[in-house]
Amino acid sequence: MTDVELKSFAMNFGPQHPAAHGVLRLVLEMDGEVVERADPHIGLLHRGTEKLIEYKTYLQAVPYFDRLDYVAPMSQEHAFALAVEKLLGIQAPPRAQYIRVLFAEISRVLNHLLNVTTMALDVGALTPFLWGFEEREEMMEFYERVSGARLHAAYFRPGGVTSDMPAGLAEDIHAYCDRVSKVIDDLDNLLTDNRIFKQRTVDIGIVTGEQACDWGFSGPMIRGSGYAWDLRKAQPYDAYADMDFDIPVGRHGDCYDRYLVRVEEMRQSVRIMRQAIEKMPSGPVKVDDRKIAPPPRAQMKRSMEALIHHFKLYTEGYHVPAGETYTAVEAPKGEFGVFLVSDGSNKPYRCKIRAPGFAFLQALDFMSKGHMLADVVSIIGSMDIVFGEVDR
Amino acid sequence: MTEGMMTEGFWQGYAWPTIIILAQIMAVVTVVLIAVAYLTFAERKVLAMAQLRKGPNVVGPFGLLQPFADGLKLLTKETIIPAGANPVVFLAAPILTFALALMAWAVIPFGEGAVISDINVGVLYLFAISSLGVYGVIMAGWASNSRYAFLGALRSAAQMVSYEVSIGFVIITVLLCVGSLNLTDIVMAQKTIWFAVPLFPMFVVFFISALAETNRSPFDLPEGESELVAGYFVEYSSMSFALFYLGEYAQMILMSAMTSILFLGGWLPPADIAPFNWIPGPIWFAAKIAACLFVFLWVRATLPRYRYDQLMRLGWKVFLPLSLFWVVATAGVLVAFDWVPK
Repeated sequence: MTDVELKSFAMNFGPQHPAAHGVLRLVLEMDGEVVERADPHIGLLHRGTEKLIEYKTYLQAVPYFDRLDYVAPMSQEHAFALAVEKLLGIQAPPRAQYIRVLFAEISRVLNHLLNVTTMALDVGALTPFLWGFEEREEMMEFYERVSGARLHAAYFRPGGVTSDMPAGLAEDIHAYCDRVSKVIDDLDNLLTDNRIFKQRTVDIGIVTGEQACDWGFSGPMIRGSGYAWDLRKAQPYDAYADMDFDIPVGRHGDCYDRYLVRVEEMRQSVRIMRQAIEKMPSGPVKVDDRKIAPPPRAQMKRSMEALIHHFKLYTEGYHVPAGETYTAVEAPKGEFGVFLVSDGSNKPYRCKIRAPGFAFLQALDFMSKGHMLADVVSIIGSMDIVFGEVDR
Repeated sequence: MTEGMMTEGFWQGYAWPTIIILAQIMAVVTVVLIAVAYLTFAERKVLAMAQLRKGPNVVGPFGLLQPFADGLKLLTKETIIPAGANPVVFLAAPILTFALALMAWAVIPFGEGAVISDINVGVLYLFAISSLGVYGVIMAGWASNSRYAFLGALRSAAQMVSYEVSIGFVIITVLLCVGSLNLTDIVMAQKTIWFAVPLFPMFVVFFISALAETNRSPFDLPEGESELVAGYFVEYSSMSFALFYLGEYAQMILMSAMTSILFLGGWLPPADIAPFNWIPGPIWFAAKIAACLFVFLWVRATLPRYRYDQLMRLGWKVFLPLSLFWVVATAGVLVAFDWVPK
């Protein structure tokens, strides 16, 4: 009798698939409905961001960061701005720091609203998705009012922010905090205690604390596994040291805990938003150094020196002292880091971007092993992957 | 003279009844198809309301012509047959699904005596026809020669078979209380009280099984959008796709009709008193169907989707024992109090 070779059922999941969250291509080896091996293929959205940045001045590099994780653009700019400031040896003025914290938290809510609701959509609940997107649109309007762009803001820049908030925006955001809290409560009501939602997410894709550390997890992925690791608390940057907020931590490291962590983080973000607005000092929003930050527009009309500064800044850019830094922020998805090497010229010598999603995606194989096809979808949903930053 | 009698016999015996039956069929099919068209519209509107948006509102007043625009669009598209597909089975599958969904309406009574074929095994016929629906799905999944479609078809087959078992027991419970398989008799037996009241748990089991039987949310695994893209009809386009779609919605309406006949007193008014019994039976019947359909849509807007094994567990480990217990309990009560219908 000849041996029969048993071949598992290979399924190509994506890159064009409604649950692939962008251009994820998964090659699944399955035994019936059970996944034996998940092999993520990346690179379909590779745009060479890191290399491109080497050919741009420091200021021109900022918009690339919006396009990494396009779900929460300003958080990425934040990391880059802090990295350049560190090399320059400057610090943004207090008002700029508060504005940055405010918008970084708006970005966090933007991100978590998208992630929580699309995860629900992957699990089959249609309605939260549309509720969430309604609110995202509102928050993007705040982006637009402060920077002129809904999505790719280029608002956080080395040395501060582009311009001060327009009159009335702080009040509007403060009023909006109540509204978004209510939407978060609605989502909570619809999903958290829903039996089917729990059956689909509890004990799915368990990551132990140890595994989370081994695989370089960060953000809600490691907090869901029981570590209260949050860069905003561990090494506070900008005005986070003055903010009063809690870090939600999960216990089991499953999809449900990660969902709960995100929902609670949104509430904490709203809390930080309120504090940032209430405590926000007045003053300049850019460093007062004409070699780094452009002069006010009015001054350029009268002062020859200001005009020259402006011209030099927007053509040659500023020179950054030679050195290197790894600067990370707590982006909504996790630790978003920029490793920046300067050779003293006006362009970065190297800019390595550490995207949290990349580390999560590596773990997909062990997280989904032995689960069913439908669980892979909820696991991907709970990982919060955006291909802009994974492929870069 | 003999010739005249023969023609008369031909007219009386064959031609005339055939014309009448064809007219009846046309009438029912037209009503059902229009109902299907507006069910798709209602679904979009109900979902839109749940999701705080407007839904279709551009084509015609309040978007009322939207279903026809959609139908016309699908009609004018090309039917694509995938290279690896088996063309005969591939095309037969949607036809079968659609035809079966319409055939079942032959025995549904819309009012007292308003039924195409008042056969004495009406429930059995309905049960048989709705069970056949799984063949369309399996054929589609197999003939498409696509892995997504294949997985969807397998899921669907397992799901429909599992839930038919509990539907069968629910129907038996009702039959025990009626003593007839005729649908008109079942409705008339509910003159005093709708079966939804004494057999409430069975009513719930039946409705949930109906959701599973029609592959509707939260049991829409065969077409689980986030996993299998569109499941067994992922390779279909144009009218072949539309036939699946129409078949699925006709099946939904059929299941709602069955729910109202078995548990909600069919065309009977809630109480046989003045303002209620002014309204004609078919309108009551339509209203009950509409109410059931609304729940179908409401469930879709609210609930996430079950996973395959959870669905099987619910079917075999919860519904089957529960319905079996109720069959025995109902039979016991009927015998103990000597209420068995003669």
